[in-house]
Amino acid sequence: MKLLLKNGRVIDPASGLDAIADILLEGGRIAAVGENLTVTDVDTVDCTGKVVAPGLIDMHVHLRDPGLEAKEDIASGTRAAAAGGFTMVACMANTRPTVDSSILVDGLRERARREGVVRVGVIGALSKGLEGKELAEIGDMKLAGVVAISDDGHHVTRASLFKAGLEYAAMFDCLVISHAEDESLVDGGYMHEGAVSAILGIPGRPSVAEDIAISRDIMLAEYTNAPLHIAHVSSKGAVEIIRAAKRRGVKVTAEATPHHLTLTDEAVYGYDTATKVNPPLRSADHMKALRAGLKDGTIDVIASDHAPHAYEEKDVEFRYAPSGFAGLETSLGVILTELYHSGEFTLPEIIDLMSTRPAWVLGVDGGTLAVGAAADVTVFDPDQEWTVDCDKFYTRGKASPFAGRRLKGQAVMTVVEGNIVMRDGRVTV
Amino acid sequence: MGKSPVSLKNKDILQLQGMSEAQLRLILDTAKEMKGIIDRDIKKVPTLRGKSIINLFYEPSTRTRTSFELAGKYLGADVVNITTSASSIVKGESLRDTLLTIEAMGVDAVVMRHEAEGSAHFASQILKPVVINAGDGAHEHPTQGLLDMFTVLQYKQRIEGLKVVIVGDILHSRVARSDIWGMQTLGAEVHVAGPAPLLAREMEVMGITVHTSVEEAIQGADVINVLRIQKERQGKGLFPSGREYARLFGINAKRLKLAKPDALLLHPGPMNRGLEIAPDVAYGDQSAIQEQVKNGLAIRMAILYLVLMGGEDIETTA
Repeated sequence: MKLLLKNGRVIDPASGLDAIADILLEGGRIAAVGENLTVTDVDTVDCTGKVVAPGLIDMHVHLRDPGLEAKEDIASGTRAAAAGGFTMVACMANTRPTVDSSILVDGLRERARREGVVRVGVIGALSKGLEGKELAEIGDMKLAGVVAISDDGHHVTRASLFKAGLEYAAMFDCLVISHAEDESLVDGGYMHEGAVSAILGIPGRPSVAEDIAISRDIMLAEYTNAPLHIAHVSSKGAVEIIRAAKRRGVKVTAEATPHHLTLTDEAVYGYDTATKVNPPLRSADHMKALRAGLKDGTIDVIASDHAPHAYEEKDVEFRYAPSGFAGLETSLGVILTELYHSGEFTLPEIIDLMSTRPAWVLGVDGGTLAVGAAADVTVFDPDQEWTVDCDKFYTRGKASPFAGRRLKGQAVMTVVEGNIVMRDGRVTV
Repeated sequence: MGKSPVSLKNKDILQLQGMSEAQLRLILDTAKEMKGIIDRDIKKVPTLRGKSIINLFYEPSTRTRTSFELAGKYLGADVVNITTSASSIVKGESLRDTLLTIEAMGVDAVVMRHEAEGSAHFASQILKPVVINAGDGAHEHPTQGLLDMFTVLQYKQRIEGLKVVIVGDILHSRVARSDIWGMQTLGAEVHVAGPAPLLAREMEVMGITVHTSVEEAIQGADVINVLRIQKERQGKGLFPSGREYARLFGINAKRLKLAKPDALLLHPGPMNRGLEIAPDVAYGDQSAIQEQVKNGLAIRMAILYLVLMGGEDIETTA
């Protein structure tokens, strides 16, 4: 099957290309990029006024499969990804059972091939059962194809185990991703500790919990010379710590979420459980520091931390609601609205943060429109206005702090291996 | 009582933050009239006859629950109490389902005490009947705040310009938060004092002055509200011992002398005598602690009356 995307603004940060051009996809690969390509016997899509980008990659997603299918499964989660313009997601290991052995990695990859509509990279656990006691079989899982390992959802409390995990994973060239919050400081806390928590009476999760955990993890990465990726950075202290570490040459990368980049703890007024997340939404000074870190390259990647929960789990008192919410279907719209239309970031910068660099951090194919690369392409309309309607989400997680928000910018087509999987918001497979 | 320009009819009472001075004064003025009923020989008036009120208490409470129950009964309403041990709550029913079940029985008001902050807001989004917050976690306890204000007015005839000092575990106190908002709206200058780990970070945004020295805070105070210290905070490492707390932060006769000679002493109860408050001052001349209990009843009568009947006249004949 051949597909010709005509007259779009083709942006490929990997090569620096930013021009009105045509792009031909053939045999699951990018066959040609150029002006006025003439091809016969081809499906043609007019992309005038649209942006044609390498497929977006969300490297921090909870597909909840296996075991937690009331929240999400591979079919619903990857459809949500396609709807949001993502051609690949990497899924975290905090499922039931935990993805901590190669047989589970094999099973999940097989299920993803069968039921998924976008590419799925599997992230294995660092410790068995995410218990933080013994290392999981990282080598075996790497051979089975994991893209990284992580105990996401928990910080690895024991420094000795985390050190061993970094050393061990580095032997296999396997990235370690850290959910960095000091557990003793966040224990029993449900929101950012600050002015709003003082007023609402909600126990706080102080920003210093993140600073401490990230400092320790970076020190261990530096000591072991192992690659480390920090998930969902949210505090200004963490941004400074990562910036300084990068200057010293530590092999550390980091991501930030659309919600931490655009919302503050003031969203928690009213006790909407759709604003409860770990790390928590922080105050405006943290948000500004995070944006500065994104701009200067301290933060490498935008990832959504898509963490869906069943409706009834979120329909409870704020304290008892699980943390996290859907992100895949709002991520691009929120980022375009808040970071592009505000004039702070250019489209090539945003595509770099959402496609090229996530591919580079994970060490996977993708993130480029170079001839010969996989035909994973996202077409989006940066000016299309729409309203977030959670009931229309493909994900089973209907809670979002962006519910009802008017956004500007939306994916209009998602192409995976040359096949259209989403068009005009509708998943087509 | 004539028609008031403000009405609280069908209004949920969730928090004192954001309530206007006129709304607060309406409740306080109405409570003054209600207090007259309590002292009567025959207390029952038919004002709320035919109205039904549910007290839904997820936490143990003696004075607040009893006070709401009597308030409803004195005004002629039917009052039913639900406590955690005696209901479907222990079977794991969600709060939404419990509330919908109650609503289906046709009640007019739900008085709720719950350990989670924001649970009253949650209930108000679900229920058509009026919701009255009887304490939601560490957030607010609006009727306690109002009864504290009412007590101050009784003894001082004003709140404006007074120095009000709240001492103790501010971080976990819903009483402190309601007092802070309510007293400030009526013009008081509010100070808080306690051990640093029991103060909320960035609390100054509420417009108050924060102290870690109780002596410093208490200087020239007109009102001192002493909060209950919960022993379980010691287990969480937030203060070393009751002994040391009493020595450094407890309100005793010596510390009370730092306040104005006619300073008023309040405590929301139940007291740990000898811990946060010395027995001699708790029962001394400056203490209004017993009066607070009676005033709590008057405030709760006023609120039930105002939210269920609005501006209609109080029928005071038995």
